[in-house]
Amino acid sequence: MANYLKQGASVPDERGYYGDFGGRFVPETIIPALDELMAAYEEAVDDPAFVEELLHLQKTYTGRPTPVTFAKRLTEHLGGAKVYLKREDLAHTGAHKINNALGQALLAKRMGKQRVIAETGAGQHGVASATAAALLGLDCHVYMGEVDIARQQPNVFRMRLLGAEVIPVSSGSQTLKDAINEAMRDWVTNVRSTFYLLGSALGPHPYPKMVRDFQSVIGHEARQQIQEEAGQLPDVCIACVGGGSNAIGLFHAFRDDQDVDLIGVEAGGYGVDTDKHAARFGNLNISRPGILHGTRSYVMQTEDGQIMETHSISAGLDYPSIGPEHAYLRSLERAYYTSATDEETLEAFQMLSQLEGIIPALESSHAVAEVIKRAPTMPKDSVILVNLSGRGDKDLDTVIKALEG
Amino acid sequence: MTASTRTFGLEAIAEIFQQAKDENRAAFLPYFPIGYPDYDTSLDAIAAMAEVGVDGFEIGVPFSDPLADGPTVQAATQKSLENGTTVKTCLQAVHKLRERGITQPMLMMSYANPLVAYGSEQFVIDAKAAGADGLIVPDLPPEEAAYFADACAREGMALVFFLAPTSNDARIQLVAENARGFIYVVSLTGITGARDALPADLSQTIANIRRLTDTPLVLGFGISTPEHARMMNSLVDGFIVGSAMVRAAKEGVDAVGKLAAELRNSLG
Ligand SMILES: Cc1ncc(COP(=O)(O)O)c(C=O)c1O
Repeated sequence: MANYLKQGASVPDERGYYGDFGGRFVPETIIPALDELMAAYEEAVDDPAFVEELLHLQKTYTGRPTPVTFAKRLTEHLGGAKVYLKREDLAHTGAHKINNALGQALLAKRMGKQRVIAETGAGQHGVASATAAALLGLDCHVYMGEVDIARQQPNVFRMRLLGAEVIPVSSGSQTLKDAINEAMRDWVTNVRSTFYLLGSALGPHPYPKMVRDFQSVIGHEARQQIQEEAGQLPDVCIACVGGGSNAIGLFHAFRDDQDVDLIGVEAGGYGVDTDKHAARFGNLNISRPGILHGTRSYVMQTEDGQIMETHSISAGLDYPSIGPEHAYLRSLERAYYTSATDEETLEAFQMLSQLEGIIPALESSHAVAEVIKRAPTMPKDSVILVNLSGRGDKDLDTVIKALEG
Repeated sequence: MTASTRTFGLEAIAEIFQQAKDENRAAFLPYFPIGYPDYDTSLDAIAAMAEVGVDGFEIGVPFSDPLADGPTVQAATQKSLENGTTVKTCLQAVHKLRERGITQPMLMMSYANPLVAYGSEQFVIDAKAAGADGLIVPDLPPEEAAYFADACAREGMALVFFLAPTSNDARIQLVAENARGFIYVVSLTGITGARDALPADLSQTIANIRRLTDTPLVLGFGISTPEHARMMNSLVDGFIVGSAMVRAAKEGVDAVGKLAAELRNSLG
């Protein structure tokens, strides 16, 4: 496989900006660490030995390339566009998060940082980090909000089994946002010895770029595979957007294919007109450009600039900001963003399970929900490529409760 | 004296360092968040500290996600937000403190988002009008501060940047070139919070920075006792005490005034 880490892109600039978005809004203490990280990353992607090791692990450990599957019965049921699934649920640990975790863990090792910290929402990034740390012999500490610990129990057990320490976070909304706060506080404190293995395409530069590059393997593979399977490029690519890593990982390879529409699906919760959702682009009365976790992007906030607590049935999308490159792609109208409610997501979760024998993660089910809305409106010879970012085993408790309650 | 007759902004801040220097001591600038434990009490606490002769204030404007703060300040600013404190009521607090006759310099301390949401330029203008003298924003390094820097330069306000034990020469130079008023030196790699002991390599950190700049250096993070304060005289131009003041406020305004007096008196 070619070195997908170096697929060209005009963004970010050297200050980490994607148009008006991005940057490095962090305490001075960690600026030298970000500089060091950036230099180490640039050196690593130019080092054939590093790239080879990553690609070899992707192939022999993660199980890449993950397939693209034609969803025949779903396509027939919806009666419109042909639907293809990029199967990140089949990657080792059950989600796309491993692509980034392995890359960053290799980098940590290369930089001689033995202690790795991570934040997690759904627990998928925590599991991926714990896995990569076990594989490479690093010490791993994962911050996780108490609310998320309660709703993603299986992943908490998995992390502990893998030898990671799970540190409960009881501040604020006790979800992903607060886990990132705590991880950043840890990093500021232990910056000399510690590598912060950030799990999505957000945070201060160079994280959004580095995470995008590691995740761009998704689109790099899928662009080839869809042409083999469908005989053409997709008309539409669809992915769910929490921080934005699986979406940017899919979109990146298609950004110059002007005829391919790129659609991100945010968490609509109880509806974007309520105050219980995480659709950063869904309701611009409560979401404006602002600064959270070191980057300038859209942020759900009060009039007074206090960050709002969000809601989603899926822990992985329950976050009040969005990666800066998505804000940029939206401003260029290169990508479009919509949302799916909890209810639509549950329907999609069941439909994919019953028609295709694939139980998707609740996060990924948001993308499937958009397919259900969109496919019937498209011609039968058109093609949708949807990123199935993860599998749903971790969500069974939540879904059982939601369906029974 | 009222806000209109006292010296103001950069000039007022320069004066406190000069005065402290004349007295062979470091300047003492306590931090206190508006709205903790409630709005009126926070103003009384600041007034009590003014009374015992502290040199200036860091006026805390609460933010929901204070990632440079430890548990003490986190809990206090969270309480403040629950009490309904806003950027606007913090500016009103400064105005009220000036009306009460408090003349010491006050620097507004918050995170980038609430100030950007208010409007960076408007915030600087309104803070000046309320009687504040400058800004301290821990998640705003010089390269991201252009809007605030322009407005502060125009209005004669201080804009404080940070340095840390991790700062290399290039960062020290960048911060020194951009700092207006003083440089906030973080004593350790970490977040705010009272500590029993200050780091052993502190004088090395300071000497490293001192080598490259004449701008006043104000040390913060961890300083909490009269012993710590006494050490500051020979080390830096000033120091900040935050968590220890907040902790004292749990016992009431008198305890805040008493701790401020102890720290101030330990300087000689
Ligand atoms: C399966 C899955 N999909 C998507 C996400 C959302 O993250 P991102 O937007 O970074 O892809 C998560 C996050 O935990 C996840 O576990």
